[in-house]
Amino acid sequence: MSAPLLEVEDLRVRLRTPRGPAEVVNGLSYTVGRGETVAVVGESGSGKSVSVLALLGLLPARVATVTGSARLDGEDLLTMSPERLREVRGPGVGMVFQDPMTSLNPVLTIGRQLVEGIRAHGEVSKAAAREQAAGLLAEVGLPDPQRALDRYPHELSGGMRQRVVIAIALSNNPALLIADEATTALDVTVQAQILDLVAELQSEHGTGVIWITHDLGVVAGIADRVLVMYGGRCVEDGTVDDVLERPAHPYTRGLLGALPDLAQVGDGELATVPGVPPAPTDLPPGCVFWPRCPVRSDPRCETEQPPLAVVGTSGGTLPHRAATWCEEGSPR
Amino acid sequence: MTDLPQRPTAHAAGVPASDVPASQVPASDVLVSARGLEVHFPVRAGGALRRATGVLRAVDGVDLDIRRGETLGLVGESGCGKSTLGNALLRLVEPTGGTVTFDGTDVTGLDRRALRALRRRAGMVFQDPFASLDPRRTVRQTVSEPLEVHGLRSGRRERAERVAELLELVGLDPAVADRYPHEFSGGQRQRVGIARALAGEPDFLVCDEAIASLDVSVQAQVLNLLRRLQRQLGLTLLFISHDLSAVRYVSDRIAVMYLGRVVEVGPASAVGSDPQMPYTQALLSAVPVPHPSLERTRQRIVLRGDVPSPAAVPSGCRFRTRCPYAFEPCPDVDPALQPVGAPGQLAACHLHGVVGRPVERAEEAVPAAE
Repeated sequence: MSAPLLEVEDLRVRLRTPRGPAEVVNGLSYTVGRGETVAVVGESGSGKSVSVLALLGLLPARVATVTGSARLDGEDLLTMSPERLREVRGPGVGMVFQDPMTSLNPVLTIGRQLVEGIRAHGEVSKAAAREQAAGLLAEVGLPDPQRALDRYPHELSGGMRQRVVIAIALSNNPALLIADEATTALDVTVQAQILDLVAELQSEHGTGVIWITHDLGVVAGIADRVLVMYGGRCVEDGTVDDVLERPAHPYTRGLLGALPDLAQVGDGELATVPGVPPAPTDLPPGCVFWPRCPVRSDPRCETEQPPLAVVGTSGGTLPHRAATWCEEGSPR
Repeated sequence: MTDLPQRPTAHAAGVPASDVPASQVPASDVLVSARGLEVHFPVRAGGALRRATGVLRAVDGVDLDIRRGETLGLVGESGCGKSTLGNALLRLVEPTGGTVTFDGTDVTGLDRRALRALRRRAGMVFQDPFASLDPRRTVRQTVSEPLEVHGLRSGRRERAERVAELLELVGLDPAVADRYPHEFSGGQRQRVGIARALAGEPDFLVCDEAIASLDVSVQAQVLNLLRRLQRQLGLTLLFISHDLSAVRYVSDRIAVMYLGRVVEVGPASAVGSDPQMPYTQALLSAVPVPHPSLERTRQRIVLRGDVPSPAAVPSGCRFRTRCPYAFEPCPDVDPALQPVGAPGQLAACHLHGVVGRPVERAEEAVPAAE
């Protein structure tokens, strides 16, 4: 197996807040291969967004302390000079955020915003960049791309805007695409279009994708591997089939049980996870999920942090791991 | 697929779509009913005169019956008019046409005083529990306001008792009554919102995207609560959501909206597993389910383009510009809801026989927005 595209090791992010230091990401390690899609799932406050913002140096240095390493093609993003990081962001990593209205500049035309990205990373004439921009818009399925170049973001629908943001993210053929809740604000029919589009572009260019979402349905459709985050830690990871069909961590099981399932409609109550996630300023000393855990029984739960340990391997080469003292990794 | 049935039908040419009964339910079983309901907003030009330049048809001829004691799920994509419909049923926005009947009374013409009585019997739970609670008022003040407004409990003591009762009903500790909204999590705030909506002992509750801003594990708590309350109190619930899985879970029947019109309605099991209208089929096929093996093999119906603007509704069938099966009569006949599929299931689609009101294609046809 060739070296992975991205190797994140022991990533930690601590933020200074008025209520004391917040341990937002606590020792996250994972890899993303070329052409592979890794889904990062978790609820709000689990640290999933901050963990990728930290990779790209997008957290304000005044309040954030980032440690660990994140090697993209062998080069550590976290220790890179700001100049080198700027060079890398375009052709190395593209990013798509949740809300296409706030990630586009409302007073600039779509064309200006695309051309800016293209010319920032290559010696291209304005006219050539514009041609390239129109080509990109056509590629992401925007009707009448030439005219769309002269439009402003407010003139486009939500789905169209998100296509523009994806076009910008892809404008330098990045090796890695990071999408943070990229389809959450969209309707399901538009979401289906965007997911198809990303899958197509990915198979064409061999892009590695990190897809951050809370929607386990989306994960089931696009991910090769899944990483479940809770309280700033990875509590479970493995292939999409392992994690969604044979969840081992009580939190993952709770999350799946809480979903009304269109494929299996039952009449019973939905399983719920009692309580709310812990505040990053006040994490429990033992297992992060312990205070809400329905099956806690081991004396270590409360005092000792469980390591991410292999719970099984479903034929493939990728281990299925979970961070829990709970032994019964039974399928749901 | 394209054979045009020639048989004349009861609701053929000339009969306005709104005269077609939306369901075959005995009138006494219906609590809330809309007939030909319209909410049109003027689209104004910029500039000092603000001349009306067009009409935005947020709700455009809705026929819908909500039965006593049922949960009706209302689904559709953003901009389809589902929230406006929910508001119009409670007259939180004024309908510009058609009628709304609540428990046998036409409420479209009610004056302020009569409207207040309606408001007691019909409550609303809003989407955003952060925006819908006054940050400067305690939970007690928020929940007891409807009691004061409707004169339901006279003394301070009685009101305090009722507030405690309501908080317990929604699963909150009555001891928290004197706290402020910021001291609660999103799920707890939504419970406060539900307690407030229940204060007037309503028969009818509209939940407009009531779980949309909550995390998955908390959503489940609120869904369970709504289902329990509905059974315990015999509430009639209109559950408006874009989340089809959640709607399928809580609803007895489901109504699907597209561009201001209810295009399919029926028992949740029928609409959820055997939809008859191509739009419903596409919508359901687009909902991802958390099963990798199912996701890998499923056939998704990906629709072309975007939803047209409600200010430029296509003539005839409003879904025809994106419909994979559109054929000759679609631009010329505005389809009416007709019984198809399972008992009680209705769909507005010419594939099941051309039923509806002929329209002038030349006059009304407006090209769909790109």
